[in-house]
Amino acid sequence: MTTPTATPVAAEPTADAGAFPRRGKFGQVVFHVRQYPIIPLIILLVMLIIPALFANLIAPHDPVDVNLRDRLMPPAWMEGGSWQYVLGTDRQGFDILSRIIHGARISLSISLLAIALGGGVGTVLGLLAAYGGGWVDNLIMRIVDIKLAFPSILLALVLVAVSGPGFQTVVLVIALLLWARFARMVRGEALAIKQQDFIARAQVAGASPVRIMMRHIFPNVVNTVVVLATLEVGHVIILESTLSFLGAGLVKPTPAWGLMVADGRALIVTAWWLFFFPTMAIVLTVLSMNLLGDWLRDRLDPKLRNV
Amino acid sequence: MQRFIFLRVIQSIVAILVISAVVFALARVTGDPVAILLPEDAPDTVVEQVREKWGLDQPIYIQYARYIGNFVTGDFGEAWAYGGVPITELIASRLPNTVMLAAFAWIVSAAIALPIGVMVAVKKDSAFDWAGKVVALIGQSAPSFAIGLILMWVFAVILGWLPTSGNDDGFKSIILPGVALGYYNVAAVMRLTRSSMLEVLDTEYVKLARIKGMPEWKVIWKHCFRNALIVPFTYMGLIGAVLLTGSVVIETVFVWPGLGDLAIDAIRNRDFPVIQSIVILFAACYIFINLLVDVMYAYLNPRIRY
Repeated sequence: MTTPTATPVAAEPTADAGAFPRRGKFGQVVFHVRQYPIIPLIILLVMLIIPALFANLIAPHDPVDVNLRDRLMPPAWMEGGSWQYVLGTDRQGFDILSRIIHGARISLSISLLAIALGGGVGTVLGLLAAYGGGWVDNLIMRIVDIKLAFPSILLALVLVAVSGPGFQTVVLVIALLLWARFARMVRGEALAIKQQDFIARAQVAGASPVRIMMRHIFPNVVNTVVVLATLEVGHVIILESTLSFLGAGLVKPTPAWGLMVADGRALIVTAWWLFFFPTMAIVLTVLSMNLLGDWLRDRLDPKLRNV
Repeated sequence: MQRFIFLRVIQSIVAILVISAVVFALARVTGDPVAILLPEDAPDTVVEQVREKWGLDQPIYIQYARYIGNFVTGDFGEAWAYGGVPITELIASRLPNTVMLAAFAWIVSAAIALPIGVMVAVKKDSAFDWAGKVVALIGQSAPSFAIGLILMWVFAVILGWLPTSGNDDGFKSIILPGVALGYYNVAAVMRLTRSSMLEVLDTEYVKLARIKGMPEWKVIWKHCFRNALIVPFTYMGLIGAVLLTGSVVIETVFVWPGLGDLAIDAIRNRDFPVIQSIVILFAACYIFINLLVDVMYAYLNPRIRY
């Protein structure tokens, strides 16, 4: 795709490309399941996408409906539980299941917005650095270096402390954490493409720099951007829930998964369902998102394997 | 080589200066710190006095220069929220706990990840290998607070073997936070050990050792393991930095009285001098460890040159 000689990098030296794959029986089974990421896709649909799109329709209760009579109800299958609240209720009598369903909407919208913003800015800066060269390249890459030298959770904490928690802050802060990786990756790819004949020909034909970047270079790096964006979704969900958990993300009573876990932490001894179900929601979603990202990477852009 | 080290050192110093300037500026953008310090109806003379006392009547670049000057000599200023305690004392009382936790987590991740990584490589593609992959995958998919809480729930609440939080129980109380903090790195180190073991297992000298009739355990642990160790070990150095910042989350989960816990407290109280000091300290450690690893790497692998 980029260069005719580019070959996918094998992950392991002994990995087989030949006719006789040396896999154990168990490995074979897993290999076939992994051909298509069916299980992760189903989990993602059930855990993230469907709840996010139709939260109002499928959630049995209002996620912020205070119901003091039904406080701290255990899940339905335990003693004292009721099928009215399948996964139990929290200290305010909020229905856990409904909050998890609405939380999916928050996680998904934050990841999409933050990645669109951070990935977009990073891609543009990466293209500029690669095509502009010289001091532009130097300036952008030094900023990237400094950004990558900074521990990201701390940077996020400081920024949130300064600008106050909330949805917009979280999106902006996460975007600010993400752009550098996109910029670095896109620059690397674009530098290789810049050397090729068709770019020189476009220049000779009189195409403007903007046109060359957008029409000639960008389509060749778009796979990398898409794969990186997919791989980052899980990362963003972890970041967002960590920030919320630390009290530096979204604010109560927003049904964010990280906030629910933080709430449950205090009652872990008496009411385990408060922390357990949102935790599982986070882990399962991120896990399947990562599996999907790995699969997409192997399909679209095997070069990224070592990232 | 010397030129490379020199450039990297300069680069690191610049990075620390830029970061500290950014954090310093951010802390000031939020508005007049005096407004946070004093009640709204404080008389003007008191406001003036406080400004003068904290040096807030000077231009910001002088404040910054003064701050950095003091910082280098180990004077971090005074905390606002803790009744004017010197921050140096505050940090000195918390630092040993964080270092202890990070060191324990480091040992845990090495002790678990290295042997498992080797075994998984030797039994490549067996069910054992896949189990290892699953463990690694979970390690990368679960946020550290989730791992911490699940460990706490199982071992402290259900089984009751270990305390849920705090550091009053001596060694017993460090186990859960240490394992939770180290877990993420277990996954990464395990994968690295596996792939570098696979590479070594494929070399000629390992084949020769086998042909000689050397017992398999000796081949693996004496010939392969030592050679495969370079890559994961370099990474283990880098982890020191990750563990330090990871402690922010884990300390909050387990109410471990370290620097991370202090940082979160300070953020809740909007105590900027404390936030500033901790963040700059952490960033400096992070950058310094990265620098060390880079330099070490350049020694170990002469192909890397800038």
